[in-house]
Amino acid sequence: MSYLTSDQLMAKLRKEIKEISVHELARKMDNGEDVTLVDIRGLEEWDQGNIKGSVHIPRGFLELQIERHAPNRDQPIAVICAGGVRSLLGARDLEALGYTNVASVAGGFNGWKNGGYNFVVPRIMTNEQRQRYSRHTIMPEVGEEGQLKLLDSKVLIIGAGGLGSPTAIYLAAAGVGTIGIVDFDVVDTSNLQRQIIHKLEDVDKPKVESAARSIAQLNPDVKVIGHRTQLTSHNAFDIISQYDLVINGSDNFPTRYLVNDACVILGKPLVDASIFRFEGQVTVFDTAHDGPCYRCLYPDPPPPGEVPSCAEGGVFGVLPGIIGSLEAVEAIKLILGQGTTLAGRLLTYDALEAEFREMKVTKDKNCPVCSEHPTVTELIDYNQFCGIPSVEHVSTNGAVKQPALA
Amino acid sequence: MATVRIPSPLRRYTNGQSKVESSGASVNEIIESLEAQYPGVKARLCDDSGQIKRYVNVFVNDEEIRTLQGGDTPVGDKDEVSIIPAMAGGQS
Repeated sequence: MSYLTSDQLMAKLRKEIKEISVHELARKMDNGEDVTLVDIRGLEEWDQGNIKGSVHIPRGFLELQIERHAPNRDQPIAVICAGGVRSLLGARDLEALGYTNVASVAGGFNGWKNGGYNFVVPRIMTNEQRQRYSRHTIMPEVGEEGQLKLLDSKVLIIGAGGLGSPTAIYLAAAGVGTIGIVDFDVVDTSNLQRQIIHKLEDVDKPKVESAARSIAQLNPDVKVIGHRTQLTSHNAFDIISQYDLVINGSDNFPTRYLVNDACVILGKPLVDASIFRFEGQVTVFDTAHDGPCYRCLYPDPPPPGEVPSCAEGGVFGVLPGIIGSLEAVEAIKLILGQGTTLAGRLLTYDALEAEFREMKVTKDKNCPVCSEHPTVTELIDYNQFCGIPSVEHVSTNGAVKQPALA
Repeated sequence: MATVRIPSPLRRYTNGQSKVESSGASVNEIIESLEAQYPGVKARLCDDSGQIKRYVNVFVNDEEIRTLQGGDTPVGDKDEVSIIPAMAGGQS
């Protein structure tokens, strides 16, 4: 029985298989020619760098997976490996499957790199991350790509209170990489009935610090940025512009209108929810994608004192757990680009009746902020807008007076 | 009789009920008959001139009446009228 040494086999294949140089490949790709570039190296080699636009099929899976990427046998295919040897074997295997226009890239990825052509180093998850997020990544709606999106995302939560607590905990568990929290308050014993991110030992300590501690214990992947301040017209743009998405869990109308207007002007999606006693509501304002905003739903704020606060009227402790979790769900869907969000829909929940209901939220063509011809194009004095004496007002003893907060 | 959904802040007028039956062919008529049944409720929903307040949202089924005919929006016997107020709570 005749046999070939591996050198003889390669020499034979070099005569039979068409080869192209890395320069020719670069020219084809620059010209936007229709060529499927198949990288047949191993996962570890691929992870260290690859050519943008190439598809990765390790050689062991080449024949099994090529049809997903090139169903047509006449599709031009360039096969690349590290140095141009394995790609000859891969090209031969594709020809055996009936592909008629196959080339092997001489010099391979190393030749490409040494030629000074651009390549990308893919972001990869660590083994710990692969384990931690395995129940996410196994679902096609998330996958490793979606999980990396979550890890790269930056979400701002307004208020580390009833709503902000479960939202922050679930976003942290889900691996949202950067969570900003705005809250100037300290933890009070009466918060512990519902604000599950804080513990008894945190009483009298700043909420942003307490929240950061809880998140660090849950998931070290998450970077927490605490903004221990009150959101105002002066700092809202600076703070919000650092994030991809905002979740509102504030407790007063001036902040709600402020956050809305800032998000509309900056084009950031806003997940908004509020709670009172046994009832909650949640929706999404995504004006960059033609959705309505808070002012379309609630054009005018109620006069001060007309709507009781949770401090005055009470709130069922589990309720923010439900509504805050729904906010986390919507935020994650927005980051992943999956499913149908609550944009244009107000979801209401009545815990006593165990009823979820849904109302339409229509974009107001004359909305002062999100319509085509807005009249509000910069941030205003929201305390004044809500009929509350402004923070700028100085009381008789010279101290700056805080607005009456709900 | 249409069903009217009463939000928490207004339930003190309706003896704590979250759902009441009310008669009327339009939203304005429904509010009038609510006021007859539960005095005080109209002042929470309408201003002095009888117009529904801008910060009160009234839905007939799932549509906000500002997008329909306001207080004149017709209400049928099987319709559900929901009063949904802006709520601010969430943080403290």
